[in-house]
Amino acid sequence: MADTPITIREALSAALREEMRRDERVFIMGEEVGVWGGTYAVTRGFLDEFGEKRVRDTPIAEMVIAGAATGAAMAGLRPVAEIMTINFAFLALDAIINHAAKVRYMFNGQFTVPLVVRTTTGGGKQLGATHSHAPEVIFAHFPGLYVAVPGTAYDAKGMLKAAIRDDNPVLFVEHSTMLQRRSPVPDDLDFTLPIGKSDVKRQGDDVTIVTYQKGLEWSMAAAEQLAKEGIEVEIIDLRWLRPLDLEPVFESFKKTNRCVIVEESLPHFNVGAEISAQLQEHMFDYMDAPIKRVSAMDIPLPYSRELELMALPSADKVVAAVKEVLGG
Amino acid sequence: MVTNLETSQQIDDAGIDLETKTLLEMYWQMVRARRLDERTWVLHRQGKIAFHISGIGHEGVQVGAAMALRRGYDYAHLYYRDLAFALVLGYTPREWMLSVFGKEGEPTSGARQMPSHWSNKKQGIMPASSPVATQVPQAAGMALASKLRGEDRVTLVSLGEGSTSEGDFYEGLNWAGVHKLPMICLVENNIYAISVPMHLQMAVPNVADRAPMFGIEGVVVDGNDVLASYRAIKEALERARSGGGPTLVEAKTYRPVPHSSDDDDRTYRSRDEVEEWKKRDAIKRFETYLLDKGILSGDMIEEIEGRVRLEVDEAQAAAEAAPYPPAENALFPVYAPADEA
Ligand SMILES: Cc1ncc(C[n+]2csc(CCOP(=O)(O)OP(=O)(O)O)c2C)c(N)n1
Ligand SMILES: [Mg+2]
Repeated sequence: MADTPITIREALSAALREEMRRDERVFIMGEEVGVWGGTYAVTRGFLDEFGEKRVRDTPIAEMVIAGAATGAAMAGLRPVAEIMTINFAFLALDAIINHAAKVRYMFNGQFTVPLVVRTTTGGGKQLGATHSHAPEVIFAHFPGLYVAVPGTAYDAKGMLKAAIRDDNPVLFVEHSTMLQRRSPVPDDLDFTLPIGKSDVKRQGDDVTIVTYQKGLEWSMAAAEQLAKEGIEVEIIDLRWLRPLDLEPVFESFKKTNRCVIVEESLPHFNVGAEISAQLQEHMFDYMDAPIKRVSAMDIPLPYSRELELMALPSADKVVAAVKEVLGG
Repeated sequence: MVTNLETSQQIDDAGIDLETKTLLEMYWQMVRARRLDERTWVLHRQGKIAFHISGIGHEGVQVGAAMALRRGYDYAHLYYRDLAFALVLGYTPREWMLSVFGKEGEPTSGARQMPSHWSNKKQGIMPASSPVATQVPQAAGMALASKLRGEDRVTLVSLGEGSTSEGDFYEGLNWAGVHKLPMICLVENNIYAISVPMHLQMAVPNVADRAPMFGIEGVVVDGNDVLASYRAIKEALERARSGGGPTLVEAKTYRPVPHSSDDDDRTYRSRDEVEEWKKRDAIKRFETYLLDKGILSGDMIEEIEGRVRLEVDEAQAAAEAAPYPPAENALFPVYAPADEA
């Protein structure tokens, strides 16, 4: 079992290809997925291998992509629907949240919705506020939907394969600026990762950082800077916003007694708000300092380069927050 | 009403009664938009700007339509390809350059929104969105506002043919039809939505064929013919003003360049196809027409090109010299203060 270093893009492609070969009920639909090979080239070559029947270019109609995929899933297929950016998934919220997420519960388990909606998130590419937000937390508000937010190629592959095999609807969120990130990934065709398990990405005793996806990158960079000053942070990568696995967070917090939550979301009602609430509820006795959140500024993300950078989190902002919870 | 798209190199000027001055203004506006757009591609290739989405090829329908509007009075809710349209309505090459560079002084958005998201309240240009087709229901609402106020203002909303696959298009036009709103929906049909050809977007040969389901008028026009486009919009405008309700105008055209600076169109269409369409280029056609009529001469073309180059050069130089916006620009208040209403 060789672990080959590949990019997140390649990991996603491999996961999709392997699952399509494994199960012919799996098919892909979305804008630009066929001839063009996907907005981020994840499905390049798929049309040739699997044909038009299983790789379907759709009209520009997010409601059809998510709604028809929900219907196909209820009728026994296993669609992987692609929506160009999570910001356009707003046009399909009714299908995803009112239906895909609720049908099993509302109709007494008669129908399951084995649907994966793949989409990209995140800013940093000067595409303005209607393309660039990272609003995945909104989707995690609703029971019935799983929300995947992988931050490495290893996780992306194992999580996507698990999502496709699962019988529940999954919003699978990929960060549009991280697709070239490389890490070793097993070639094993049955490599999957459990749904709803977070992961310790770095060990340390001083402060717990809870994060995911782009936040992982900022946090890892911050950890290096901090290590030079003798501060060792522990980084927990959530990997899933639903199911939310806080066990490793609690374990870490018992040791560090301090926590910073890092995410690209807007600051109100975000992941950090949920985790802070749970920490004070379950870990009150271990708490030595107020919990800090690092997130985007509370504005629609601006276009111009410097303004956009200012509005987004950064490694420096993480460093500052860690020092603050250490009382520095 | 359909011009023969396969063969037409002509300009259909039936019933057009425009002054020479106006015809020359149309020509100048088309050339101006084209040269500004071409320069922007160069800036992108030079790595000076982040992104460009181009209007090249669409100048005929855009200039024709914009010239038919009562500029500054009628509302125009445009989409990203409408550079020529916006220029006719009063947007300037300098503002464009500030926008693509994301520089201080960019008037549309304070450099907070991407280029090609037109907006100028004084010029009647409504704020353009990125999610496609969202402007259609909004346009219906604007048309309602004019109607309720008893004004004869008309709202023109534009979008691409691929974008008509969105629910917003149907929901907006249906409602506009129900209330006979003074509205024109202009579809610039360039037969591709990025890589996806028209036959994967819809099963009808013309977008305008859908008009009857909204109970409104549908018209197909050759979008590479500036005068035919002008006439189609003029007629739709008259209908809207006289209480006849909305018109769905479909302008057949082509985009001879990639969808945007992120696209490579060689992956999904042949060079032969592109070359074939270039022969029907709106500017060349109108130029030939004006030369034949003796309205334009070689010398005049040279003068116009020189004037346009100067304007584009100056616009670029001004934007390059301008500073980037200060950080406070990001802190523009998201909410209107209590006393602004
Ligand atoms: C809701 C939404 N989905 C997808 C996109 C991505 N997108 C931008 S332009 C475009 C193609 C539009 O094609 P068409 O309407 O034919 O206009 P054209 O670009 O050809 O002028 C797509 C899919 C978007 N902007 N908004
Ligand atoms: Mg098009």
